[in-house]
Amino acid sequence: MNITEKILARASGESKLEPDDVRFAKIDKIMLHDVSGPGVIKTFEKLENDGVIKIDKLFDPSMIWVTEDHFVPSVDKISAENIVKLSNFTNKFGIKKHFKYGMGQYGICHSMSHEEGLVAPGELYVGGDSHTNTTGALGAFACGLGHTDIAYAILNGQLWFKVPETLYFKLNGKLPDGVMAKDFILRIIGDITTEGAAGKAMQFGGNGISDMSVESRLTLTNMTTEAGAKNGIIEPDQKVFDYISERGLTEYDAVYDDDDAQYEKTFEYEASELEPVVAKPFSPQNVSVVRETTGIEIDKSYIGSCTGAKYEDLLAVAKILKGKKVKVRTEVLPATISIYKKATENGLTQIFIDAGAVVGPPTCGACCGAQMGVLAKDEVCVSTTNRNFPGRMGHLESKAYLASPLVAAASAITGKLTDPRDV
Amino acid sequence: MKGKVIKYEQDNIDTDVILPGPYLKLHEHSELAEHAMEGMDPDFHSKVKNASIIVTGNNFGCGSSREHAPIALSASGITAVLALSFARIFYRNSVDGAYLLPIEIDEKAYARISENDELEINTDKNEIKNITKNETYSMKPFPELIGKIISAGGLFKYKP
Ligand code: SF4
Repeated sequence: MNITEKILARASGESKLEPDDVRFAKIDKIMLHDVSGPGVIKTFEKLENDGVIKIDKLFDPSMIWVTEDHFVPSVDKISAENIVKLSNFTNKFGIKKHFKYGMGQYGICHSMSHEEGLVAPGELYVGGDSHTNTTGALGAFACGLGHTDIAYAILNGQLWFKVPETLYFKLNGKLPDGVMAKDFILRIIGDITTEGAAGKAMQFGGNGISDMSVESRLTLTNMTTEAGAKNGIIEPDQKVFDYISERGLTEYDAVYDDDDAQYEKTFEYEASELEPVVAKPFSPQNVSVVRETTGIEIDKSYIGSCTGAKYEDLLAVAKILKGKKVKVRTEVLPATISIYKKATENGLTQIFIDAGAVVGPPTCGACCGAQMGVLAKDEVCVSTTNRNFPGRMGHLESKAYLASPLVAAASAITGKLTDPRDV
Repeated sequence: MKGKVIKYEQDNIDTDVILPGPYLKLHEHSELAEHAMEGMDPDFHSKVKNASIIVTGNNFGCGSSREHAPIALSASGITAVLALSFARIFYRNSVDGAYLLPIEIDEKAYARISENDELEINTDKNEIKNITKNETYSMKPFPELIGKIISAGGLFKYKP
């Protein structure tokens, strides 16, 4: 069995599982945020009112963690009330791990999961958000679900899963200068399309992946969602164990591929052939080499989200912005307070401000068109986020080009789409 | 189940156009209905007065995990979506939350069914009857567990 099949087999008490097998499996960790949390609360209210269930206690409050990210700082009365509802819920049911805006560490859910060491290798982790796939880079089975499923998991500690087929992406060699993990995953989505991995697992391996930092790997698994994947996953190694133990997570039961692991299909990439790319509007699969799109003028550079605002991403941006001035509006929103703090301690925040950029609080913000810099009609943005559907980041007729932090920074100082190797 | 058709002849209709991001803060089903399909079809609300079945292409509901998307459609009066294929979370949300039937159809049915056709869906026989055109198409049967969850009326009513 491969790592995905083994984690699902272990969680469902089976010695062997194959693709398409359907089983109820035991959940280890559950994540909620300020959109899915109130959604789950609403689901519970409805089910109780309809007399379907009665909720006195949850299956195990210690397996649940909660953060506030989509609509903080509160945009309006409704989002403020959602935050209050969420606190009432976590208080009532004894959920201790609630990371609150304005009370120390908090941030975008998929960055919190690794920054706080909340999910361990080998675990079965579900979250009320589609990019839950991100955390699979730590060697967990991580997948996103809707309110009803999460509500069910919270009450019963288990859920049904269909074992996915696995697509294996092998990277040979080290990424060249100027090329980031974001360029690799965009290239893959450009090749296989946004339904290329529908319902499947996307596993990454090869010496190019071993060579990558944990944070780069998290960028890969993050955007498996854009290829339609059920989960993204990478076998854990010493880099992962060091990364999580620095964050206080020292107990885990890691899972690896068997020697005879099977994949539905293997795709092989040479790192030396990869180049900085962008995904043009209005789909993550519209991928073009940056040098072939130069000249496209932008109104704004957005550096944020669970895809492109980890510490390493900010470091890449700082490398380009140091001593330069931005030509277009540029926003940097570190994904969590811990990342913000580290960026400040190491002088990155100063570099951003000196360059003329704004540094904002951790939030999903304009990534989902919620707030904090949404786009006007006809505005063009280069963005380190993961989606560029119509209206995703603001007006239906605004345009977002998805890119790596290096491309977003290089474009910020020239005012047009720019290859970071050309500045 | 009987109803008239709203047809969107395109692939990859995503959750951001079915229910745009700024409304994720809403959770009342009736409020979500007001914004259904706001990102792509300003006439949806007038169309859904007479129709209850959406017919569309591949990868319907791709994008986010927001259960708001099937809720907004169902609360607007949509009872089934017939698509060439579905994105997995939208499909799962529709079934587990018992909002609407996500039915996979083939290219032939997709080509033949037109806007405003009246359909009758029979999930026991895995058949779709086009009353307007007097034709019958097959639908892809639901996998066993999915079928049981649908019959039970959603995941919470299903007893494993
Ligand atoms: S940053 Fe964007 S993609 Fe990530 S969880 Fe928030 S809204 Fe979703």
